[in-house]
Amino acid sequence: MVEFALPKNSKITGGKAWPKPAGATETREFRIYRWNPDDGKNPSIDTYHVDTNDCGPMVLDGLIWIKNHIDPTLTFRRSCREGVCGSCAMNIDGQNTLACTKSMHDVASGGAVKINPLPHQPVVKDLVPDLTNFYAQYASIEPWLKTITPTPQKEWRQSHEDREKLDGLYECILCACCSTSCPSYWWNSDRYLGPAALLQANRWVSDSRDEATGERLDNLEDPFRLYRCHTIMNCTKACPKGLNPAEAIAELKMKLVERQV
Amino acid sequence: MSAQPSPGPKSMRTPLSRVRYLGSSHSGTKDFWRQRLTAVAMILLIVPMILIVTMMLGRNQAGAAQILGSPLIAILMLMFIAASIWHMKIGMQVVIEDYVHDEKLKLVSIMANNFFSVAVALAAAYAIFKLSSGV
Repeated sequence: MVEFALPKNSKITGGKAWPKPAGATETREFRIYRWNPDDGKNPSIDTYHVDTNDCGPMVLDGLIWIKNHIDPTLTFRRSCREGVCGSCAMNIDGQNTLACTKSMHDVASGGAVKINPLPHQPVVKDLVPDLTNFYAQYASIEPWLKTITPTPQKEWRQSHEDREKLDGLYECILCACCSTSCPSYWWNSDRYLGPAALLQANRWVSDSRDEATGERLDNLEDPFRLYRCHTIMNCTKACPKGLNPAEAIAELKMKLVERQV
Repeated sequence: MSAQPSPGPKSMRTPLSRVRYLGSSHSGTKDFWRQRLTAVAMILLIVPMILIVTMMLGRNQAGAAQILGSPLIAILMLMFIAASIWHMKIGMQVVIEDYVHDEKLKLVSIMANNFFSVAVALAAAYAIFKLSSGV
């Protein structure tokens, strides 16, 4: 059966409360999930106070401030710090999102900024999830142009109308916020491809230049790979880029029905 | 995740090999379509169903048999039974596939679901036939 409770060694116990920074007039409390694979202890929630007059407005600014000023062992991924690379995806205040585009002021609870790694993935350390399976699922949909016609001298041409069909699909940055927010993906991520890989699959199925549309649909037509989507819509709610993976999956289902009925 | 399919946690398969594994079963669309089809059928049939049940309230067996003696009413009832039980069978199978990860237990559960659905459908249809034919 599906595991509804956390395994014993994943239960959160205690945590360190770091003192407020000396001389800071305005601070914001951060409660951050910590787990170190090397010390053999259970995960914990550490409490930090960020000097908001000394750092930028985003949650990622706060995390970098903590790492620079309080605790250099705090581990998280980040790169572009402007919502393009997808590295700093994490669960902030109960919602999967990018730490770099989430303002501390927008944290709904108003009090502490609560940060956990993306849900239901193995943790490498602290806020770093192991996304190996997620990336393999992306690779499995073969995200490249497939053609039989010999490559034209100049380029594969596409009408403006056909190009517009890729809007809302090509912008995905593969941050994994959507897939890891999906309960169906939590229970069946070993077989269900998840919203991110399926949105990307629809991006290639919808591409007028691609000549492997039927094979792509063949590859997806499966009770687990595709039909574990029950239109729960957590993916669409979570997407920090404002995309709609649920709609992309519905389009895939429509195309599969279209070629049968 | 517990209960991976056959390439278990200790397998040395590559991540892509685990994802590709047995490949696509090229199925699922029929069930997806039939679930929508039966849902629409039930929406259309629910009003006549409520009316028929209301008509039968407070009547004895002879009264019910008299109402079900009408071919239109008996056929509407049979259509509702077919649509709802088909819908129930597909829905329950989806729930089993979602939550039951042990392969053997899953097969047994899906078998039981099929047997139960057929039994309920036949029992309900038999009752309608018996009452409507006045035997």
